[in-house]
Amino acid sequence: MILSQSHDDEQATADNSKKKGSLWQRLKGGLDKTRNQLSEGVGNLLLGEKEISDDVLDDLETALITTDVGLPATREIMDKLAARVKRRELNNTVALHAALAGVLREILEPMQGTLSVDVANTPCVIFFVGVNGVGKTTTVGKLAKQLQEKGRKVVLAAGDTFRAAAVEQLQAWGERNSVEVIAQQQGSDSASVVFDAVQAGRARGADVVLADTAGRLQAKTNLMDELSKIKRVVARFDEAAPHEVILVLDAGVGQNALSQLKEFDAAVGVTGLILTKLDGSAKAGVLFALAHAIRAADPERRIPVYHIGVGEQIDDLRPFEVEPFVEALLASG
Amino acid sequence: MQGLYLREFGTDSSVILATVYNHLHFAMFENLSDRLTHTLRGIQGKAKLSEDNIAGTLREVRMALLEADVALSVVKDFVERVKTVSIGTSVSTALNPGEQFVKIVHAELVALMGTHEPLNLAAKPPVVILMAGLQGAGKTTTVAKLAKYLRDIEKKKVAVVSADVYRPAAIEQLQTLAGEVGARFISSTAMEKPLKIAERAVKDASNQFDDVLIVDTAGRTAVDDAMMHEIKALQAQLMPAETLFVVDAMTGQDAANTAKAFNDALMLTGVILAKADGDARGGAALSVKAITNKPIKFLGIGEKTDALEPFHPDRVASRILGMGDVLSLIEEAERKVDKKKAQKLASKIAKGKKFDLEDFRDQLQQMANMGGITSMLDKMPGMNNIPAAARDQLDDGMFKKMEAIISSMTVRERRYPDLLNGSRKRRIAAGSGTQVPDINKLLKQHKQMQKMMLKMKTKGGMANMMRGIQGQMGQGGGFPGRRR
Repeated sequence: MILSQSHDDEQATADNSKKKGSLWQRLKGGLDKTRNQLSEGVGNLLLGEKEISDDVLDDLETALITTDVGLPATREIMDKLAARVKRRELNNTVALHAALAGVLREILEPMQGTLSVDVANTPCVIFFVGVNGVGKTTTVGKLAKQLQEKGRKVVLAAGDTFRAAAVEQLQAWGERNSVEVIAQQQGSDSASVVFDAVQAGRARGADVVLADTAGRLQAKTNLMDELSKIKRVVARFDEAAPHEVILVLDAGVGQNALSQLKEFDAAVGVTGLILTKLDGSAKAGVLFALAHAIRAADPERRIPVYHIGVGEQIDDLRPFEVEPFVEALLASG
Repeated sequence: MQGLYLREFGTDSSVILATVYNHLHFAMFENLSDRLTHTLRGIQGKAKLSEDNIAGTLREVRMALLEADVALSVVKDFVERVKTVSIGTSVSTALNPGEQFVKIVHAELVALMGTHEPLNLAAKPPVVILMAGLQGAGKTTTVAKLAKYLRDIEKKKVAVVSADVYRPAAIEQLQTLAGEVGARFISSTAMEKPLKIAERAVKDASNQFDDVLIVDTAGRTAVDDAMMHEIKALQAQLMPAETLFVVDAMTGQDAANTAKAFNDALMLTGVILAKADGDARGGAALSVKAITNKPIKFLGIGEKTDALEPFHPDRVASRILGMGDVLSLIEEAERKVDKKKAQKLASKIAKGKKFDLEDFRDQLQQMANMGGITSMLDKMPGMNNIPAAARDQLDDGMFKKMEAIISSMTVRERRYPDLLNGSRKRRIAAGSGTQVPDINKLLKQHKQMQKMMLKMKTKGGMANMMRGIQGQMGQGGGFPGRRR
């Protein structure tokens, strides 16, 4: 309920963090609330010490699929576990639960990473790209505030010149947090806005420029070309820019996330991910599908998850950590 | 990423022409049916589909639906249904078992998707439509599209209001869009309570004699009790004729949970599938329909405010099965394509004979019979990924011109295009009202097409090419290494 009445903000933030507790509790809390007959939490299946039957393994497979882990990654996980069961290394569901957590952590391990803003770049330019409605503008706003609190000088580029009031939305963020927003009118050229912002960023000695872009479906070739153009234009100013290109993904997305990553990567070279809306009922199991696909395509390639969004407050944009993410996924109610 | 096809042959229109052709004659049930045909190989010659001989096939159906993001619980029920329906079905001699099975699956899927139901506007004006959904589903954009639809098609006087007091500039967004579509915008501010806004808006719409009032709301997760309580209160106060749930076509398994929670809280009256113009297979549509049993009323198919279309169950079903709208194309082909000619050409190619200009013209004519290239392309899976530049070259006028050129040739010239020297070309240009460069272009396209036909002849060549095209759809395709 961010920023509804700005004077209530601080109070609300404080209340919220008190009420909602740690990240793990919040992630787990989401799971608790959504448990229903449709998708039983993975953890519940393995609750209590039971023998590992075929039914247990089937239920586990089902649970993985219902969190969007996808068929190839699910198969990999199940094969690994089944092999260990066969070798009698896992004797009961408690051991299976631990082994599962281990396999899940192992898959996500390459996705661990931190977004570091290198102040040697003047400024460090970060693009935010993604399909419509994933939360790019909100994420830019939250990250701007966090960077500012760390003493970084931030400039925002209102690169979404297409969606009605997207510029105003970013400007509202900027005003409330005293961050400069470089904007032109709706309908203007996105590349020129971002270019202006990078230039302004250097002129004002900013450490970082966060560039919002319009949401676009990855199948729209012309819109993807437009994105490549923004990148080319910025590279004219600083050939190392953009220093990061962050693909923002909705935690609720299904297997289409694979196509999103593939096409956005082809257009602008994705360097990291941010998962939003993890406070809903979706748990972003698709991250396993992504990790699986990235590794299959190029074992050396790293596309880390920098942050996850677990709520609408500024502090709800948290660093991604494999351990609590896996724990939340496996949490039992 | 370009398909293998496009990489090898460029993006010249002849490639697409050939693709159209290929789709029609070789790959009608490409993708799912290939897989099904494979698993059904054993039953050819058997009289009936039985539990035993379709077990593997049902597994493939299950996997195809899961890959399309249909919720698992829905998949399970659906597969059971298909099983019940198909057991005992006689194996048709006309279709191969794979095709037959796909037809059953498709028909069941269409049945489950329901029919298009119009908006219920039979209430005392202002008829209220309440929008609900997760953050970023596309509610505000959909409000604008609905307003435009109601205004232009249903000839209604439409007012819109935003009760989203949370997202910065959400109200401004609706205001701008309302201006674009010519709906009356009832203003609200972030300082107001949503209930107050709603109350005021109904009064306002009533005073101004609006026919319809569309109320936009903030995105909310179903697990947020306070926010769900808020929208319930809004609904109780507004007593809307329609409470529409907007769901993103790219949603995964969670679509089922969320739809259930919203339906339990709000007794939805319908669903709108937003962002259905991307490459997502849209299994969420099936999940939401199956879980809520509420009709899908519209699809959002683009960013422009007129990009809203009534729901066609068959199209969405085809797409979930990864078949594009190939089924309706097949039906059209069955009706309109001259089968004798098609078979003649197929056997000619198979025998290693050359694809001559006469054959080329036959195809151009058949395509025109089927509504022309543009309408056909719209129905092809993966076609929206063909570069815009290549697509733009494809207009039906161009094909008419090509047909005229070939018609101006002698029979001998059509059979042996190498005969065409400068003077013959000038004669043909004069006869067809074109220029010599047009003729050269046509000859070049014909050459490329010949080359491709040869490729198709080699066993598996066709399937590989199609896979190249499918690869562009991002379904099951590999993830490319970094390209910067």
